[in-house]
Amino acid sequence: MATTELRPRTEVDADKGAGLGSGRGRLWRSLRGNKLGMTGGVLLAIVVLLAVFAPLIAPYGPAEVHFATPFQKPGTVGFLLGTDDLGRDIFSRMLFGMRASLEVGALCVLLSVVVGAPLGLLAGYWKWLDAIISRLTDVTLAFPFLIIAVGLAAISGPSLQNAAIALGIAHIPTMIRVVRGETLRIKESDFVLGAKTMDASGLRIVFTHVLPNAASAIIVQATVIMPVAVIGEALLSFLGLGIQPPTPSLGIMLSDAQQYMFRSPTAAIIPGLGIAAICLAFNLFGDALRDAFDPTASSRK
Amino acid sequence: MIRYVATKLWQSALTLALATVVVFIGVRMLPGDPALAMAGEDASPAQLEAMREQLGLNASMPVQFLTFLGNLLRGDLGTSTRTGTPVAELIATTLPVTLWLSAYAIVVAVVVGILFGVIAERFRGRWPEWFTNGFALIGLSVPNFWLGILAILYLAVTLGWFPASGYVDVLSDPLRGLYYLTLPAVILGTSLAAVIMRQTRASMIETMSTDYVRTAKAKGLSGGRVLMRYGLRNSLIVVVTIVGLQLGGLISGAVVTERIFALPGFGKLTLDAVFTRDYPVIEAVVLVITLSYIVINLSVDILYSVINPRIRIGGSN
Repeated sequence: MATTELRPRTEVDADKGAGLGSGRGRLWRSLRGNKLGMTGGVLLAIVVLLAVFAPLIAPYGPAEVHFATPFQKPGTVGFLLGTDDLGRDIFSRMLFGMRASLEVGALCVLLSVVVGAPLGLLAGYWKWLDAIISRLTDVTLAFPFLIIAVGLAAISGPSLQNAAIALGIAHIPTMIRVVRGETLRIKESDFVLGAKTMDASGLRIVFTHVLPNAASAIIVQATVIMPVAVIGEALLSFLGLGIQPPTPSLGIMLSDAQQYMFRSPTAAIIPGLGIAAICLAFNLFGDALRDAFDPTASSRK
Repeated sequence: MIRYVATKLWQSALTLALATVVVFIGVRMLPGDPALAMAGEDASPAQLEAMREQLGLNASMPVQFLTFLGNLLRGDLGTSTRTGTPVAELIATTLPVTLWLSAYAIVVAVVVGILFGVIAERFRGRWPEWFTNGFALIGLSVPNFWLGILAILYLAVTLGWFPASGYVDVLSDPLRGLYYLTLPAVILGTSLAAVIMRQTRASMIETMSTDYVRTAKAKGLSGGRVLMRYGLRNSLIVVVTIVGLQLGGLISGAVVTERIFALPGFGKLTLDAVFTRDYPVIEAVVLVITLSYIVINLSVDILYSVINPRIRIGGSN
């Protein structure tokens, strides 16, 4: 099994004239040499660790109120980043907010990959399916994600799941298009022609030859979707269409803080920095990953 | 070219028809009985039945769909259950605000995006490129509603350069109207500008290293003319595509921007309708946004064929 997966990959590498060592080794060398990308990778690791271990790191519960000490400034003893209008610890809320952001982002990416990638493979490989799938893609694209979210919120009420589903649906079309384009390209390569002459069935070719070669494009697209989904979650929660209080979300923290932003500007600034940190990490790391997968299309030269 | 436009027209019509069906079914899936909402909680069963008959809810689904289409074509979008105002009237008063905001934001984004893209390409490896790349990275990573809050805090309130909120009709007082919209438009346009900048830069780098540009330079054409004639023309094609693709994001961004700057636009209408469960308004709002999205994308495709000689001459693709 491993050999059938590896063979096409090395052939693609040879096509690009980059047959230096194994694919994985080259990938790692390229990533390590990219300073901005490594910065993004480290930032990403920090963000993910903070979010995963939020319950262990946070000094207080995210909804724990301290009525005696509202509007504390950052650096106050006991409250690292200060407190909000109800005296809730902003640092603890931010950790749990980042956790929710990543959760929605991951769900959205998962949905777009699980639904989008197979449809993209089918559309790229079989022409008659392409017409149907492309039309459905167009219809989905005609609804901006906010409208899908509005619809879902109207039908079954706003929630974390609905926010993730709305964002996922909105990103399926772009995933389909990317995978479809890759499939069209890979379909013409010699190893696919070779497999065809050996009477391999269409489905077998698609899953054992095309999919492994389209994997890098899918991964890169996932890193593109992730930050957009994180901002999307914050936006929906900010508008009241996403995560509902008392569950903390960076978007809810922002919309709360907007009410008293002149009294305590830091309460509005900090959640935004949290969102920016997550997105910056994914954008930097995603760019580096794209360059590493495809040395010919480097964005930095 | 005619074949290309005809294909696009046919595809858009099909998308439009399918989207209308989706909206029709979606609204029927909403919880709650519209007749009960219209007649009031304490209506008698007879009154409820009369209201059902009046609203056409007793007819079969296909008949309901045809009535829905007929009303739509006559411009009858129903009345708001919350305020009793015709929905068409609500849209007519709120839509211009959003259109001005979005158009202004697109202009800002295109000007800044192309300018920064060209700068990044011209000054590769020097500080202006670092500056513009940094701008693009931040533009893509920072949520625009947070930028909006920061802008209100510092540019509007602390420095007093711009009004923090409010709207003045652009047609009756263009200068004041645009002044009030400047901060929201810049905030809304930031992420679009970042995307345009990146694409302009990439397409410029590609174009400027082609053989025909080298030939043009060798023939003694000045740098400025090469840039205008080859570099920018090609990147314009990319920019038009990007604006079309990013339209959905722009619409969502406009809704939240209106919320932050308290603009009485389409976004406010949408959110108010969702939170008060004003179904006729939700239905109309979703339809209007979807229709305009499809129409604008069709225009983008046609514009694309006009400025891209490969499609203009090559026929359908």
